[in-house]
Amino acid sequence: MNVIETSGVGKRYGDSWALRDCTLALPAGHLAALVGPNGAGKSTLMSMTAGLTLPTEGTATVLGGRSPGSPAALDGIAFVAQESPVYRNLSAADLLHLTRNLNRRFDGGYARARLAELGIPLKKKSGKLSGGQRAQLALTLALARRPRLLILDEPLASLDPLAKQDFLAAVMTAMTDDGVSVLLSSHVVAELERLADYLIVLSGSRLQLAGEVDDLLACHRVLTAPAAEADRYAKELPVVQVRRAAAYAHLLVRVAGPAGRVPPGWESHPVTMEELVMAYLRAPGDGWPERQAPAALSPVQAAQSAEPTEAKR
Amino acid sequence: MSVLTLPAQPGSDTGAAPPPLPWRRMVWVTWRQHRALLISLPAVLGAVAVFLLIAGLRVHHDYAAIAACPPSGPSGANAAGATCARLLTDFNNTDWTLGNTAQIFMQLVPVLIGVFAGAPVLARELETGTFRYAWTQGLGRERWTIAKLTLLGATVTVLAGAFGELFAWFFQPFLPVEGLTVLNATVFASRGIAFAAWTLVAFALAAFFGMLLRRIVPAMAVTMGAYLALALAAWRLREFYPVALVTNNANLGTLQTSDTNPWLLGTWYTGPGGKPASQSVLNQIFNLFPMHGAPRTKLSFAQLLAQHHFTEWTRYIPVSRFWPMQFIEGGWLLVLSVVLIAATVWLVRRRAA
Repeated sequence: MNVIETSGVGKRYGDSWALRDCTLALPAGHLAALVGPNGAGKSTLMSMTAGLTLPTEGTATVLGGRSPGSPAALDGIAFVAQESPVYRNLSAADLLHLTRNLNRRFDGGYARARLAELGIPLKKKSGKLSGGQRAQLALTLALARRPRLLILDEPLASLDPLAKQDFLAAVMTAMTDDGVSVLLSSHVVAELERLADYLIVLSGSRLQLAGEVDDLLACHRVLTAPAAEADRYAKELPVVQVRRAAAYAHLLVRVAGPAGRVPPGWESHPVTMEELVMAYLRAPGDGWPERQAPAALSPVQAAQSAEPTEAKR
Repeated sequence: MSVLTLPAQPGSDTGAAPPPLPWRRMVWVTWRQHRALLISLPAVLGAVAVFLLIAGLRVHHDYAAIAACPPSGPSGANAAGATCARLLTDFNNTDWTLGNTAQIFMQLVPVLIGVFAGAPVLARELETGTFRYAWTQGLGRERWTIAKLTLLGATVTVLAGAFGELFAWFFQPFLPVEGLTVLNATVFASRGIAFAAWTLVAFALAAFFGMLLRRIVPAMAVTMGAYLALALAAWRLREFYPVALVTNNANLGTLQTSDTNPWLLGTWYTGPGGKPASQSVLNQIFNLFPMHGAPRTKLSFAQLLAQHHFTEWTRYIPVSRFWPMQFIEGGWLLVLSVVLIAATVWLVRRRAA
């Protein structure tokens, strides 16, 4: 089952497109990182998935073919928007009661236990909690709904390093215990490097890359060559990005398999997730006109072109 | 991909949409989220009501003394007449100052309740971003909006209705003394069904503009403007409510000033054949009327008309039509409120960020 499936989805606000021509299929069971600079369309895509925004063009479905915002979709998706909006004049206890009343399923015992464990007072108004506590409270409210898909928009932005670690640990626990699928957006890639097993890169309102992290890493290599030679080969290889040092150039290329086609005398390195993301973020308009535009790599292509990888869980 | 995809959870993924959540869940939600309003509004209205009750007892007491005066009124020489004249002067100076002020204030009460109760319902969610929480819960945003607006709208309407009844009691003695009737525009709108319905429409306008403009303060300002325009329109519209009567009783307009005076809407004349009389013919008859000599009363002018086989017709609304008019006004305001709330729900559906 795909928890999110979009086909040519776009959203226009006035004259500008927040998201354009986005085709994506996110299978269940992943922690998917949605990365991209501010204004890349991350929030728009999330908002659309949560049923808050209607696409201007294209279609989107969630939880295996349901329409976003439909009763079944609302039931199975918990969305925590940017800056964790909760009613600041209500206490944590009131927010628990409120969320229980607004939903078919709500695990009050779990929520209370979790808040107690985090040391978040039930009686205090949520507006008086720290940013990190409020983010944890919003996550608790979302998790207690026992969703099948959890959408978190920039949840780490307001957290200090320790709170970030706690927050991500809670998300990981929910994934392993409940089998929740998670879509988490961030503009800091490093934070998600070891956690995310699915990667979606948005830049300039367009989808740049999507696929399982292992597949993506397997089918990209960094080649290092003398600068003069690099220009010659760059036209023949599927180059995503070129970085130039004094005498050498680093080419991030897509390769057909682990062996790839490496010209003699060149060095070949595996790519890190951060390098990969950075390359695709810089890709649009970086002055390499001959290069083929980086097409979004669907999981199917990735699986075919890369060495076989086993399912994560 | 098939290797990487989890099998669909059996049971959880089959079947139709889940049954909708019961509406009663929204009662607690509305109460908790609008507790400040739902406590402060009855408290403020209650405090004013206690004041009106105390002041009203004095007004009724003062009026009872005036009403006990001999019907001929103060005749100057006798002691009772002098006392009555003083009572009347006191009533006009003291009680009426309060009554008149309260009456003006009452014109503002519906729109004040409406903007403070209605504007924040949606605009605050949009201003603070909490709609992203509220509208992604299992209940669904349409039901959330309908429940909130219905519950809050019904509450303010009932509160305003009760308050309007108390004010009507407080104001009753002023009607005969000050020559007002329940059909006077300001009196009519500050009591009964109309007062409650104006409060509801102000609430619905404020909620609608709150959703449209997405800001509380601009929504309040626009609501006040729209409410004023609507109130002025209603003031012009009331005489067209289908309750007016027509009579050729020329005495109608010559009654003494009292709280049973009808609302006179227009006068016209018909000639001998029952045809409408032209102004020139009327002027000719009028010229026959002695300007000097006998006092120029309408009755004798009517006799003069009768001599020439002309008839004076009057279109009027008797005071007894007060309740039918209240139902008409309450009816169209209720329809307008329902339309506004439906439009607000439509905006919530359509205009999500």
